[in-house]
Amino acid sequence: MKFASSPILNPRLAPGRSRFVVILLLGGFLLLIGRSFHLQGFQNDYLQKKGESRYERVIEISATRGRILDRHGDVLAVSTPVKAIWAIPEDARLKPAEARQLAGLLDMDVRELNRKLASERDFVFVKRQVPPDVAAKVVALGLPGIHEQKEYRRYYPSGDVMAHMLGFTGVADEGQEGVELAMNGLLTGKPGSRRVIKDRRGQIVEDVESIQAPREGKDVTLALDAKIQYLAHSLLKQAVGEHKARAGGVVVLDARTGEVLALANMPTYNPNNRVRLAGAQLRNRAFTDTFEPGSTFKPFTAALALEKGKFRFDTPIQTAPGRLTIGAATIHDAHPHGVLTLAEVIQKSSNVGTAIMARTLSAEDMWQTFNSLGFGTPLKLGFPGEVGGRLRPAKSWRPIEQATMSYGHGISVTLIQMAHAYLTFARDGDLVPLSLTRVDAPPLAGATVFSGQTAREMRVMLEMAVQPGGTAPKAQIPGYRVAGKTGTAHKLENGAYADKYVSSFIGFAPASDPRLVVAVMIDEPSAGKHYGGDVAAPVFAQVMAGALRTLGVAHDQLLKPLLMAKAVKEGV
Amino acid sequence: MARLNLLLLLVALACALATVAANHGARKLFTEFEREQTRMRELEVEYGQLQLEQSTWAGHARIEKIARERLAMRPPPPARVVQMEAAPR
Repeated sequence: MKFASSPILNPRLAPGRSRFVVILLLGGFLLLIGRSFHLQGFQNDYLQKKGESRYERVIEISATRGRILDRHGDVLAVSTPVKAIWAIPEDARLKPAEARQLAGLLDMDVRELNRKLASERDFVFVKRQVPPDVAAKVVALGLPGIHEQKEYRRYYPSGDVMAHMLGFTGVADEGQEGVELAMNGLLTGKPGSRRVIKDRRGQIVEDVESIQAPREGKDVTLALDAKIQYLAHSLLKQAVGEHKARAGGVVVLDARTGEVLALANMPTYNPNNRVRLAGAQLRNRAFTDTFEPGSTFKPFTAALALEKGKFRFDTPIQTAPGRLTIGAATIHDAHPHGVLTLAEVIQKSSNVGTAIMARTLSAEDMWQTFNSLGFGTPLKLGFPGEVGGRLRPAKSWRPIEQATMSYGHGISVTLIQMAHAYLTFARDGDLVPLSLTRVDAPPLAGATVFSGQTAREMRVMLEMAVQPGGTAPKAQIPGYRVAGKTGTAHKLENGAYADKYVSSFIGFAPASDPRLVVAVMIDEPSAGKHYGGDVAAPVFAQVMAGALRTLGVAHDQLLKPLLMAKAVKEGV
Repeated sequence: MARLNLLLLLVALACALATVAANHGARKLFTEFEREQTRMRELEVEYGQLQLEQSTWAGHARIEKIARERLAMRPPPPARVVQMEAAPR
């Protein structure tokens, strides 16, 4: 029998049955097609997300904190990545040998480590700011529950030299002192994130989108000159040691631009190692400590007297017998003088002569001048703890107070304020604002406080103070004409003047065309000498001489023996 | 007709394979790009560390110490300084 004629192939099915099966199969297909349309077309958001989570990852893009540079671009502060070792205490069940090994690697006490790992919390930092190579060894141990995390550490290659100026950052890389805090917003970077597709081996194969672009911290170029700063720091350190002083400060300003070229304080600290840091070391004295300026304040009174036209440069003033009684109080001169011209009052630093000048001035005018010189209000450079000193309203001045204020007592100032105010003499009577950052275009004239004529006359007087017959011949610098004023103020202790002094010197050079203003303050010199002319003036001279040489400022005074050579026109 | 269909099928197949190849190539290039970017970041870090090292070696305190002690240098006394006058430009 042929296969084709097999009776099995010729079944007689009921037509309804086969149709039923066809409809059933068709219905099944339609159901599947409908479902797939539903999933693809209407409900796809949820599934899309589910799918993406299988291969997409959001990764963080770190941003570094900006560097701090000096005016020549030398690095003063830079962040480099380090690691933080952290643990999930519940997972970190370490054997004693493992714990010892880990503690040894991290250079910490085993008991301290165990105490941290016994914590109830879900997350503890075992050690932060670990060098990357050490962290790699820790990870290689493969201990359970111990992990690493990237973070940054700030390094200050210049160490204690610029500590007060730069300040420092905390463990979370945020500014806590100095420029780091003042310009934190600019320096801080903002980490971003992006969505990527990773393959099985964890390699990124596709960039899906950038969720948030990272913002790198901006570099800050300071006005600071690292070389002048080093000079100021080391000379101040030497002077503070030599005079057994409690503290000291030096400020160097550029007279043309108002830039802060150097700022040093003693005592100081190393910002890279802040283990034993005391409050006294942290103080940025030039900004935060006020003192009674004493005689360095007299030029402002003299300048106002000139300005008001009541005195001229050579108006004679009778200062004999070196005493002046105002109300119930008497003021004295250290050495009695006879008749002095106004210029000689400044040169010889006569309290009586200054008080006589002040008597002719109104309290309102004096207050106005001191206020426009910036006394009584903080400079607002953004430094932490910046203070403005004390300048009481003119209405509350009694005659004796007006007299003492004219020579710098009964008023308190910071060193940077004094240096700033002396800019009016170094320039032609105008006051430009100070700048911590580099100024590329010299500012236009600032607010005028004194007339150009007054400023020029004050320069002559201040130059006389440094010459023989003045109070500070030790401030002289060979080759340059120097102008400046000494100050020796008694310190107030519990409302009475104690036998402690603040010696200061503020001056500028070259006097013919001032480039730099340098202010020096030595607090409580106690090695025998305490006059500003003996203690602060030599520091001024050394800092100024070094700074002028660094800047290549031309001599404005002939040296003896005459050593001048004209450069050959060609080839130089 | 059938011949044309066969041709079109082959073209479609070739296109599909080319797409796969292009996609793969793109991913490979992207991985390479990522690797280079990582390298760039690493180099930036290294640059920062080198700058740090340079600043440490070139520290003024260190230079002064070497100049004074090892090389016995000192600032010239003012009398021995010859000041040049800049030639007018």
